[in-house]
Amino acid sequence: MRRLLFIVPVAALAGVAAVFYALLTDRGRDPSIIPSPLVGRPVPAFSLPRLLGEGGVTEADLRGAVTVFNVFASWCLPCRAEHPVLMRIAAERKVRVVGLNYKDKPEDAKKWLAELGNPYALIASDLKGRAAIDFGVYGVPETFIIDAKGIIRFKHTGPINPGDYPDRIEPVLKKLLAEGGTK
Amino acid sequence: MKARAILLAIFLAAGALAAPAPARAVGADEALADPAREARARDLFKQLRCLVCQNQAIDDSDADLARDLRALVRERLQAGDSEEQVIAFLTRRYGDFVLLKPPFKGTTAALWASPFVLLILAAAAVVARARRRAGRAPAAPLSAEERARLEKLLGPGQKGGG
Repeated sequence: MRRLLFIVPVAALAGVAAVFYALLTDRGRDPSIIPSPLVGRPVPAFSLPRLLGEGGVTEADLRGAVTVFNVFASWCLPCRAEHPVLMRIAAERKVRVVGLNYKDKPEDAKKWLAELGNPYALIASDLKGRAAIDFGVYGVPETFIIDAKGIIRFKHTGPINPGDYPDRIEPVLKKLLAEGGTK
Repeated sequence: MKARAILLAIFLAAGALAAPAPARAVGADEALADPAREARARDLFKQLRCLVCQNQAIDDSDADLARDLRALVRERLQAGDSEEQVIAFLTRRYGDFVLLKPPFKGTTAALWASPFVLLILAAAAVVARARRRAGRAPAAPLSAEERARLEKLLGPGQKGGG
C-alpha cells in the first residue's frame, strides 16, 4: 500500500509529462499553427490591383484551375527561404501559382521578383492587408491550395520548407489534379 | 492520486505560461467619436486574441495585425454591427482561436467540464478517506499484561502522569 502511494502519482505524472512532450514536439500539432475555418470553403471575395501590369485581380481569377495561392512580401525573410520551392512548383507547370503581395511597397516587391525570379502567373497587391484578413492570414508566408472550383482545400502556414513540398503540398496537388482540375 | 498529479501539472504549466504584463499600445490608434461605441470596441479588443503573439489580446498588442484588427473592429461597429456580428465576422476568418475565451460547444465540452470533473473527483477522494477513518475500530483497552509492562517501562514514579 505504501509503495502504491509512491508509484501511482509518479506514474501519473510521467504519463502527463509524456503527453505534453508528444504534443510539444509533434510537427503536425504545432500549437502556433491555427487551423483555418476557411478550408472547404470558397475563396473570399476580393478586388485588388495587379502588382505587375494593368487591371485588377478578383476571386474569380482563382477559379478554373488548381491554384497555389501564396501570400508573400519582400520584407519577409521566410518568404525568401521558400521562394525556390515556389519556383519549382511553377516550373513543373502542373498547377497555377498566384501571389498575394502583402503590405509591401510595389517597387520593393518588383525588385525582389527581378532578383529571385517570378514564379507567379498573377500577383494581387494587398497594400492594406485587408484581403489577407478575409483569407484569415496572420503572418506571411502562408499558402492556400485552391481547387478548380475555387474552393480552398488546404492551408500551409509558414514557409514551405523543401521537405514540406513532397510531404504536405504535393499529395494535395496530385489529389486535386486527379479530381479533374485543368491548368 | 491521479487527479492530484494532473492538478500539479496544470499549476506548473500555468506558471510557466504567465507572461509579464505588456505595455498598452492602443493609445496610438484612432478612437471612435462616439464614446459608447468606443467602449464597446475596447471591450471587444480584450476578448480577441492577437493571432501573431497568441497569448495576448489585440487590446494590448503592438503587432501590426493587432492594429489592423482593432481598426477593423471599430470599422464594423461604426457600420452598425453588433458585438456578436463582429465576433462572427472574425471567427469566420480565424476560427474560434481568435476568441481568448473559447465558446462552449461539443468540441470544447471536455475543456469546460474538466475543472468540475477534477473538483468532483477530489471531493470524492476526501469523502472516501474520511469514511475510511471513521469506520476504523477504536483502539482496544490494554490487557492486564500490557498494563503491567507499561508500568514497568515507565517506572513506579511516573505512574499516573505525576
